[in-house]
Amino acid sequence: MARLTEFSESEQKHHLDKIRDLPEFGQTPFVSGPLLNKRRVAIVTTSGVHVRGDRPFEIGAADYRVIPGDTLAGNLIMSHVSVNFDRSGFQEDINVVYPIDRLRELMAEGVIGSVSEFHYSFMGAAPIRALEPKARELAALLKKDRVDAVLLTPV
Amino acid sequence: MGALGHYIEREGVPTAQISLIREQTAAIRPPRALWVPFMLGRPFGAPNDPEFQRRVLHALVSLFERSAGPVLENFPDDAPAGEAQDSGFACPVSFAPARAEGDGHARAMQDEIGRLAPWYDLAKKRRGRTTVGVFGATVKEAARHVASYLDGAPESPPAAGWSAGIAVKRACDDIKAYYYEAVAAQPGNLAPKAIENWFWRETAAAKAFLAIREICLHSTDESLMPLGRLSLIPRFVTDGLSELEPKQHRA
Repeated sequence: MARLTEFSESEQKHHLDKIRDLPEFGQTPFVSGPLLNKRRVAIVTTSGVHVRGDRPFEIGAADYRVIPGDTLAGNLIMSHVSVNFDRSGFQEDINVVYPIDRLRELMAEGVIGSVSEFHYSFMGAAPIRALEPKARELAALLKKDRVDAVLLTPV
Repeated sequence: MGALGHYIEREGVPTAQISLIREQTAAIRPPRALWVPFMLGRPFGAPNDPEFQRRVLHALVSLFERSAGPVLENFPDDAPAGEAQDSGFACPVSFAPARAEGDGHARAMQDEIGRLAPWYDLAKKRRGRTTVGVFGATVKEAARHVASYLDGAPESPPAAGWSAGIAVKRACDDIKAYYYEAVAAQPGNLAPKAIENWFWRETAAAKAFLAIREICLHSTDESLMPLGRLSLIPRFVTDGLSELEPKQHRA
């Protein structure tokens, strides 16, 4: 049900207005890498999920939280500021938002090479331009961890 | 989301993203994107359906095998509906009374929290987890914090560095999570939209939240006003409210 035509008029307007307000991104970068079964994969979610006890996200927050790969599902909570998306799925099963168990299965099957030790979470309602410096910082950390495949997952 | 694809890949790290709003992704043109026709909040389709989640994930990682981009591909299938029931709480109702009886709604919410406790406990036991916890206290304390606003004597935020708005937001988020988790354990196996409709149309908590929203909108506290406008009540509810506003007539 994320077809824009199935949204209410005000929801459609909200999402289309976001397109109007987008900054200019320039040419799309496209970085090549090794075969999929050799790649090291990390999840970067914009769901506002984080470890229980970490600082919850605030309105407009453009920083990120670290999710260690061995974090148990029971220690993950969500402090996204938006109230306009479903949370009942995440409450039932973290993998519908943050597919860490499925990623490990793909590694066990040899589809991907390995899973990063660390994953990261932003809060998607942040102003777009404010994300750039933190994204750069994150890219440097991902490279240190030899990650060559980042999965970006929204809510 | 697409912006992060640009920013991270520009630094030399390949990315592939799930797209929930195709039109936005098409405008941003990130390096690799898989559009999925799922509801917002469920980028991998359906909870407790590992096979389906794996198919989505597999389609996503497969985008790394492309030799050129940008790539925006469609995932072919809708999320499985499962056994959950959509019906039961879908009747439109008026939200108007919620704005008049704030403190009454607070007491009713606190009673409701007590009545839901066995179902919340069951949900927590069955799932082995709860997502309540952003307020950093019990749900009763979160409810007390919300009630203090409706009683006209707001409590101070419970932690240093928290604004009034942040404290109210986190208290309300925990209360809502508690209700959602509790009702999901009850007989009826409600679908997500039915849970949402139940909460916003049937519960005293929703009426308390609507009363809090009114307080926020009229507050001089800079942290409360944006909360009232955007981050407390979903648009599908505020749309209904605006239909109830007195129409402005030109003289």
